[in-house]
Amino acid sequence: MASAAKKLLMDPFSDNNPVTIQVLGICSALAVTVKVDTAIVMTLALTSVVTLSNVVISMMRNIIPPGIRMIVEMAVIASLVIIADQLLRAFLFDISKQLSVFVGLIITNCIVMGRAEAFALQNPPKDSLLDGLGNGLGYGIVLIAVAAIRELLGFGTLLNFKIMPENFMGNGLVLLAPGAFIILGLLIWAQRTVSKYVEE
Amino acid sequence: MDLLSLAIKAIFVENILLAFFLGMCSFLACSKKVDTAIGLGFAVIFVLTITLPANWAIHHFLLREGALAWLNPKFASLDLSFLNFICFIATIASMVQLVEMILDKFFPALYHALGIFLPLITVNCAILGGSLFMVEREYGAAESAVFGFASGIGWLLAIAAMAAIRKKLRYSHLPDGLKGLGITMIMTGLMAMAFMCFSGINL
Repeated sequence: MASAAKKLLMDPFSDNNPVTIQVLGICSALAVTVKVDTAIVMTLALTSVVTLSNVVISMMRNIIPPGIRMIVEMAVIASLVIIADQLLRAFLFDISKQLSVFVGLIITNCIVMGRAEAFALQNPPKDSLLDGLGNGLGYGIVLIAVAAIRELLGFGTLLNFKIMPENFMGNGLVLLAPGAFIILGLLIWAQRTVSKYVEE
Repeated sequence: MDLLSLAIKAIFVENILLAFFLGMCSFLACSKKVDTAIGLGFAVIFVLTITLPANWAIHHFLLREGALAWLNPKFASLDLSFLNFICFIATIASMVQLVEMILDKFFPALYHALGIFLPLITVNCAILGGSLFMVEREYGAAESAVFGFASGIGWLLAIAAMAAIRKKLRYSHLPDGLKGLGITMIMTGLMAMAFMCFSGINL
């Protein structure tokens, strides 16, 4: 793979991660991470929406009038999210019930809008596809890491398989909202220490 | 009494930010200064209080299953609720535009302080999330107005408290990696823990 394309795809995984460095898409990163399986489904949904919206907006970038670009982007994203939501309801009904309103909230996920504004409007479809894929998966890695920690400490399971010993008592706090905030905070600390990123 | 209990629940027990993580992006970005935080909080209260009843009407009279029966009995089996997302976001975007024009005319100082974050209220998850919760929990007209208003107040409380804490935090010595987002997340976690003390309150 050409190095420019590789950079587009791999950068969001660590050096320019959408969640831990750019601080985008935090809402859903916390709400759907009680279990690993919901986190994986959410990652798939978000990655497909951000990739497709990047491609569509990038193809239309020369015909969108600048004054109404936000509305056009919103309409594209909302239609894609409706499709994703209907597909989840049809094929993965239980998980879509657990995700509840958070599938709809992909519309307002800053990553999707942010990539459309910052990247897809200036770049050709092929690069936008890689950028969308990279950012979706970079978000997914953080999501799945948080979910793995919470499921392991809270239920003693991973993907519903028992990992911890039989007499393991689940820690209720990590399953509640405060646990999610604190675990993500610690994860951000670790990631920024590794990539030597300092916020002013 | 039911409405009061709903309001207390939305403000303290199930705070839209601290229990459902909605509106985190602007919460993190705008909580550096107390004035901006409070201004944004009031804008969110205003937009939530208007959009929730508006979206309730759209959902109730146009989109839900059988809603169009008043137009023609033949439409009784129509279910347009898959259009919820796109209609809600359109209502929200136009209401935010309205708020922007009002602020620009009457409170120019606040308008400039909020800057880019005012249009971004459109993509604040708390607003769309409020509307989606309203559909999922099947609130009525009065309930959705109260729920919107109370959720906004809860959000304002959280962001104002956070801005005050961050002001103090500026003078503390932190490891490099923890500066900014890291410590803010952990503080939010502690705040969420404090708000959990309210759970179990019933009126």
